[in-house]
Amino acid sequence: MSTAVATQPATRKPRSRSGKRNAAEARAGLLLALPFVVLFTVFTLWPVLQSMFMSFTDTRITDIRTPFAVNFVGLDNYAKALGDPVFRRAALNTGIFVVIGVPLTIVAGLAAAVALDKGITKFRSVFRMGFYTPVITSIVAVAVVWRFLLQPDSGLVNTVLGWVGIDGPNWLGDTRTSLLSLIIMAVWRNFGTGMIIFLAGLQAVPWQLHEAAALDGATSWQRFWHITLPVLRPTMLFVMVTTTIGYLQFFEEPFVMTQGGPLNSTLSASMYTYQQFGFGNYGVAGAMAYLTFLVIVIVTIVQFRLTREK
Amino acid sequence: MERSRSRWWLYIVLTILFLLVITPFLWMILGSLKTQGELLQVPPTWIPENPTLDNFSRLFDRLSFGRYFFNSTVVALVVTISNLLFCSMLGYALAHLNFPGKRIIFGAVLGTLMIPGLVTFIPQFVLVVNLGLANTLPALFLPFLVAPFGVFLMRQFFLGMPRDMLEAGRIDGAGELGIFFRLFLPLAGPALATLGILTFLASWNNFLWPLVVASTERTYTLPVALALVSTGQNQTDYGLLLAGASVVVLPIILVFLFFQRYFIEGIATTGIK
Repeated sequence: MSTAVATQPATRKPRSRSGKRNAAEARAGLLLALPFVVLFTVFTLWPVLQSMFMSFTDTRITDIRTPFAVNFVGLDNYAKALGDPVFRRAALNTGIFVVIGVPLTIVAGLAAAVALDKGITKFRSVFRMGFYTPVITSIVAVAVVWRFLLQPDSGLVNTVLGWVGIDGPNWLGDTRTSLLSLIIMAVWRNFGTGMIIFLAGLQAVPWQLHEAAALDGATSWQRFWHITLPVLRPTMLFVMVTTTIGYLQFFEEPFVMTQGGPLNSTLSASMYTYQQFGFGNYGVAGAMAYLTFLVIVIVTIVQFRLTREK
Repeated sequence: MERSRSRWWLYIVLTILFLLVITPFLWMILGSLKTQGELLQVPPTWIPENPTLDNFSRLFDRLSFGRYFFNSTVVALVVTISNLLFCSMLGYALAHLNFPGKRIIFGAVLGTLMIPGLVTFIPQFVLVVNLGLANTLPALFLPFLVAPFGVFLMRQFFLGMPRDMLEAGRIDGAGELGIFFRLFLPLAGPALATLGILTFLASWNNFLWPLVVASTERTYTLPVALALVSTGQNQTDYGLLLAGASVVVLPIILVFLFFQRYFIEGIATTGIK
């Protein structure tokens, strides 16, 4: 009894000091978190919840002042979206854009990174800057320039093709080449991002191992495949996931280059969603946005699963 | 040693690729100095025969691109400073401090990283209209003052800094906020440079939100103005369009040239890999 009483103050003293410190730490943490939490709640979290709510209601532009005086329609908007042939076409275009565009972007970015990292010693930063320039420039400015370059008769691309005897197509005006043109443009615009991240990842490659393997007669391709690539696995996953998420929302290219045409051949899911918003169909647009989000989540999980092992 | 020797053929491949990548920009800049007559010439010329700044003066005199330039700059600066400050504050707290709600906040940050912009787009628009902020500059920057990506990036960076620094600061009697602002933040240069550049670029190039929210000329940003010129009555005034594109693109290339070293360093050290 008496020992317990005697030891109590001794143990409580440091505890109260650390308790005071914990309180100060908690107060500081909350204070540092406060501005973000307030802005984030008002401008992101709340809108996320509200648009989910909208997607289950018949909200239209006329309800803008009274966002909660609307009728519940259950899954009607989702059914409407999935049953809409134009939305399905847009989803297909988006899928093609992702399936072709993502691998091309990754391969181009990786090739550029490997070449800059070990292949050359001079002008590294010049090349790096050049390859990164499209990433940092406004899509609107890029679109203005590319529309000129891709003009069927007087554009630079077809002029150059003409020199080697190729009769260049009407790139953006022909349904057979319009989506392809936008994919090439997207690869041109985005491979620099992958390159920069791969360059960072390449710093972890054990080059002594490369030298040893080279002495044993391994070709550079074998060394790339068995030494470099395994080290880059996490980098690869990161680039793949972020590029895919970006491409699944591809919007600006068709918006400024083709308006989704000709004949919806470049209409993307995001662009059609935006059009529904423009028509005032907020509920349907919300459902379409959430469908895109759902696909992003599923694709990301699948990519993590597929690349985790081995 | 042997591995790092340069290969001449690689230089040729890279140079061709380099030219392919930057040709649109070269063509844009050279074209902006040409007259309409020369731009319509077939076959196209490369070097302007009679270089002129007429396109640029029309851009700023007749179309008030100066105003749009100002708007773009103000919005990008406000968004960047706010993100740098608030995201690094929370990023540090999540990395090194214990406080109630920490897990929930971090969960919300991670959970919203992947949410497409279009999900929040409509409610944000409704909110801004109902706040009476449509067609004002605050409407252009309010939704972008903080971003979960920034918190994630700063948290990763601060996690890589030793916790001993925090303990040392406490033993020296520094306050909790002082430890962050005087010890940790000044050492976060590379991460701040990365976040700052990415945020500034995203804001400067942002298109859809300002297009929808800024419907009066007073609040146009550069990309909005350029897009409207390129689809409006001047859409065949090629010199004007290329000059406009140059005004949007060149400042950002200059800013990036200046900061790129820190940016690359930042990417390498913040664990985006």
